[in-house]
Amino acid sequence: MAEDLNWAIGGEAGDGIDSTGKIFAQALSRAGRHVFTSKDFASRIRGGYTAYKIRTSTEQVQSVVDRLDILVALTQRTIDENLDELHDQSAVIYDGERSWEAEYPEYITGVDVPLKSLAEEAGGAIMRNIVALGAACEITNFAIKNLDEALEKRFGSKGEKIVENNKKAARLGQEYVAENYDLDVDYDLDETDNDYVLLNGDEAIGMGAIAAGCRFYAGYPITPATDVMEYLTGRIDEFGGHVVQAEDELSAINMALGAARAGARSMTATSGPGIDLMTETFGLVATSETPLVIVDVMRSGPSTGMPTKQEQGDLNMTLYGGHGEIPRFVVAPTSIDECFWKTVEAFNYAEKYQTPVYLVADLALAVTEQTFPPEAFDMDEVEVDRGKVVDDDTVGEWLDDEGRFRAHANTDDGVSPRAFPGTIDGAHMSTGLEHDELGRRTEDTNVRIEQVDKRNRKVDTAREQEDWDYREFGDPDADSLVISWGSNEGAMREALGYLDERGIDVRFLSVPYIFPRPDLSEEIAAAETTIVVECNATGQFANLIEHDVLERVERINKYNGVRFKADELADDIEEKLATEAKAQ
Amino acid sequence: MSSDVKFTDFKSDKQPTWCPGCGDFGTMNGMMKALANTGNDPDNTFVVAGIGCSGKIGTYMHSYALHGVHGRALPVGTGVKFANPDLEVMVAGGDGDGYSIGAGHFVHAVRRNPDITYVVMDNRIYGLTKGQASPTSRQDFETSTTPEGPKQPPVNPLALALASGATFIAQSFSSDALRHAEIIEQAIEHDGFGFVNVFSPCVTFNDVDTYDYFRDSLVDLQEEDHDPTDYQSAKEKILEGDKEYMGVIWQDEESVPYHETHGVTENMADIPDGAADGTMDLVREFY
Repeated sequence: MAEDLNWAIGGEAGDGIDSTGKIFAQALSRAGRHVFTSKDFASRIRGGYTAYKIRTSTEQVQSVVDRLDILVALTQRTIDENLDELHDQSAVIYDGERSWEAEYPEYITGVDVPLKSLAEEAGGAIMRNIVALGAACEITNFAIKNLDEALEKRFGSKGEKIVENNKKAARLGQEYVAENYDLDVDYDLDETDNDYVLLNGDEAIGMGAIAAGCRFYAGYPITPATDVMEYLTGRIDEFGGHVVQAEDELSAINMALGAARAGARSMTATSGPGIDLMTETFGLVATSETPLVIVDVMRSGPSTGMPTKQEQGDLNMTLYGGHGEIPRFVVAPTSIDECFWKTVEAFNYAEKYQTPVYLVADLALAVTEQTFPPEAFDMDEVEVDRGKVVDDDTVGEWLDDEGRFRAHANTDDGVSPRAFPGTIDGAHMSTGLEHDELGRRTEDTNVRIEQVDKRNRKVDTAREQEDWDYREFGDPDADSLVISWGSNEGAMREALGYLDERGIDVRFLSVPYIFPRPDLSEEIAAAETTIVVECNATGQFANLIEHDVLERVERINKYNGVRFKADELADDIEEKLATEAKAQ
Repeated sequence: MSSDVKFTDFKSDKQPTWCPGCGDFGTMNGMMKALANTGNDPDNTFVVAGIGCSGKIGTYMHSYALHGVHGRALPVGTGVKFANPDLEVMVAGGDGDGYSIGAGHFVHAVRRNPDITYVVMDNRIYGLTKGQASPTSRQDFETSTTPEGPKQPPVNPLALALASGATFIAQSFSSDALRHAEIIEQAIEHDGFGFVNVFSPCVTFNDVDTYDYFRDSLVDLQEEDHDPTDYQSAKEKILEGDKEYMGVIWQDEESVPYHETHGVTENMADIPDGAADGTMDLVREFY
């Protein structure tokens, strides 16, 4: 059977779905298998339908597909919700006392395991999910020692007894299936020698921040950005940093601003509704020329929208949000490892150009876990560029005739010197009011123009100095061009394979920079058809591209709250290209 | 800067645009004197202000400073202090800034107890927007937006601070130069959040809470032999409401500032050129 296996556990929120899924994902990762997870969860603590899906292969996987091979159904609704994805090689593990009352298609193999009573035999009903994991190991011929290791990692801190009980629960599940079923469904989850780490986008952002030297974080909990704060809490301290849970987003960004002015690499993270609140201070950050990284982990909007669902709807907000005209950079990682690297880049841009940088991720990146070789996060590759920082010895070059520090000096590249508080003779004020080179308020028309131009010039400088490139996949000579940003890269890369099988060649550009962004005019001119793929209704990125190249592009938009799936995206692209061909 | 810092070293060369006679002149002079008297200099001092008349203070003083948006000065000052605990951080604002738009931040700054000094220039009116009621305006104070008075009781900032767990509460009067500077000095020297509500009269729009009014009505706690470490006595004075006091009303001598309770002691500006030693452990954690 195929190497590629899709496994899921579903039930009610509060059933331990998330931790069970994570344990299995870790077991697979420890066995050297590639893992890609996705979560379907509701905005409630208990009840409602929630699921954790894992796709695993010996090859790299980076998206979800419309297929489920093994489903652990803790409730009947779990089966109902996933019926479309089950096929004739699917097995559904369930507890006959709790689910499977309805009639389901005959081709689906039901594996009735007394999860609760076996768990009680192992030491407590709470372990019924672990019994199900043991059962899944048997069906998939997966070495249970990997599960043992994951259980040790998960429960080690709770004592040997708990670990042993969980291992026993897994054994009971495995043995029950082995003794009572002779299944036609057959999978082999082989092990490999690969050594992987398993993490999600929020964690990668937090890890990138620490690696980049971020030492101060202030935030307010909000789905799906909270994991960034939870990751940093307790870890950043070991590097001399600190996390503050602020009273609201307004406070969070202002604290982060204060820390940045004191010289710290500083960050805040939130989601759309929090960005709205932070926008008040965003202009101040830009005008006072304070380096700050603001992470927006997008979810469905507007307003409180769908807090636990995927969308890429905040692009316009991060590009244009705030009154007046504000120079800023907008960087959008396209994969989980890129969440790490783009965070590092974001800090360098922020300090080199003394601007706020929006790091825009989306829910699909944030909550998805994926395996990577540890070298994907090689700390030796991390570069820290603090820009034009002056010290006691060099501050003199930037003093005016009266010995005052020109904190907003009008330079050719638009970037002024920066003196951390404590620097002798560097004392100066910064303000959200229009100001002169010394930071003092002014309404002088010439100074106003000079300072606006100076701030905007930083963007021109950055355009010249940095590599605002895209990531390219597929056939470079294909007539059909697909462009996307954010998390769609994974599904699209895999869709390329499906399209290739159908004889459709596609060139795919994944763009991690929204502003500044690469000039795609040549690429689009060379293509017969250009399709922009994004998770929003109005095609915010497609609009930008049309604006840049003065040419119409085709769009594939998804805004039902669910990320693109690779097979579905391949179908959409095939259909779009066929329609285009007919029109020509 | 040398060690013999004069208070004029904290003065910028920008002439204040406050109205002649404004209470803010005295408030600021006292802040500068207190900073100099406590051994600070402009290079280790960070002053944060919001907007309005009070917000202009950063412009007229010479130090590291940020003039931010309305009501958010306390979070900025808190962030500065956390990132570099060696800095002397002073936050200044008005009654609108601190008790209206920034009231939420005030409560939380108080309970966090960062080692910063918070000076509120309370003139009981909105001055720069030309005379509307403020959160500390009297119930019957007629203004352009409250022709019959606000008809609601004013905020009692001292009570708000006390209820939020303040470790230092004082009240001062901008025209009593000596006492005012002394009180700010005590706030600076307090280990924790030093909150000083300063009566700083608006000579243009407030004809009720005037210099004469405060001169006649303020009771100096020093003359009453008030013990600021006596919580009960402080509570009574803050809540009784029939007298207005000047001086340190409450000081928790056991106060431990945020950076000490949370172990935030490093200057966060000091980071290595690349990823710090030990960052590879962060990756290994995900095995």
